[in-house]
Amino acid sequence: MATVAAAGAHEAHEHAHYTTTGLNHRKIAMWTFIGSECMLFGSLISTYLVYKGRSVVGPFPHEAWTSPTGQAFKPILNIPVTSASTFVLLMSSLFMVLALAAVENKGKPGYEGLLGASKFWLAATAAAGATFLGFQAFEFTSFVHEGLTIRTNLFGTSFYTLTGFHGTHVAVGVLWLMTMLFIDLKRGLEPRDAINVDIMALYWHFVDVVWIAIFTLVYLIK
Amino acid sequence: MSTDRTHADHAHEHPTWKQYKWVALWLFVITVFEVWAYYVPAFVASKAFVPTLIIMSAVKFTIVVLFYMHLKYDHQMFRRLFTGPLIIAACTLVAFLFLFSKVRIG
Repeated sequence: MATVAAAGAHEAHEHAHYTTTGLNHRKIAMWTFIGSECMLFGSLISTYLVYKGRSVVGPFPHEAWTSPTGQAFKPILNIPVTSASTFVLLMSSLFMVLALAAVENKGKPGYEGLLGASKFWLAATAAAGATFLGFQAFEFTSFVHEGLTIRTNLFGTSFYTLTGFHGTHVAVGVLWLMTMLFIDLKRGLEPRDAINVDIMALYWHFVDVVWIAIFTLVYLIK
Repeated sequence: MSTDRTHADHAHEHPTWKQYKWVALWLFVITVFEVWAYYVPAFVASKAFVPTLIIMSAVKFTIVVLFYMHLKYDHQMFRRLFTGPLIIAACTLVAFLFLFSKVRIG
């Protein structure tokens, strides 16, 4: 009797989580959210590109500038630092897929060692995300010291808005990763939890692909 | 039947560790090439610079979406949910660039 009740509860649980499409509704929601985020970042990138080269006063991203008072400003963007942060974020995506694979295949042959260490890969992903945020904090701080604030010119306004929105998304992702790591440490993530890690991974990879676009359009194209 | 339907989104294969490793390597190589290109004045001055960077960025974007986000292996509804808004965003971007004379034909 208890078994039947438990089976019924399990069935009800599955009906609550799956739609008539046969797809997990939370995963559909995440893809829909990512679609809407595409349009959000599309509009922010459009704004940046439309205002590019229209700043009346410096500092400028790729060109040196001397103010009417004689103050000299170097090109503001620091490509070596941003390249390093880009590398860290790209590696975080690799760590994320390894974390998902570790949770999905827990207990299966070939996943006993490091490949099955979901805690390690989740921690590595969170650490990489936090490192990226550290790079961004360093970049913003040095820009402000060099005379570029959000109110200085059109470049400053559109640059801080775009990269600030992206950094906020990374910060939310790091919090999500740390929450998942806490759950893994507390009770251990099982293959039945893989869908939760999968949804978080989708968000994290999306943050990565947005940065791929930003790195090229904002930092590399002069 | 119930199990087949309820787990339809899980009834796909994911890339292996080796594939993930290769994807990471390609992403790294393309990024290195992008940064290298930035420091070659002759290439930066050429007409090929911007299209080359945009193509490389698009390749990286596609690789991550197909392999890391598993869109290559997942249900086609997820593909539609992603590509639909992405196309709208891309069209909006291009329209704005034309509208504000950032790009001209001819």
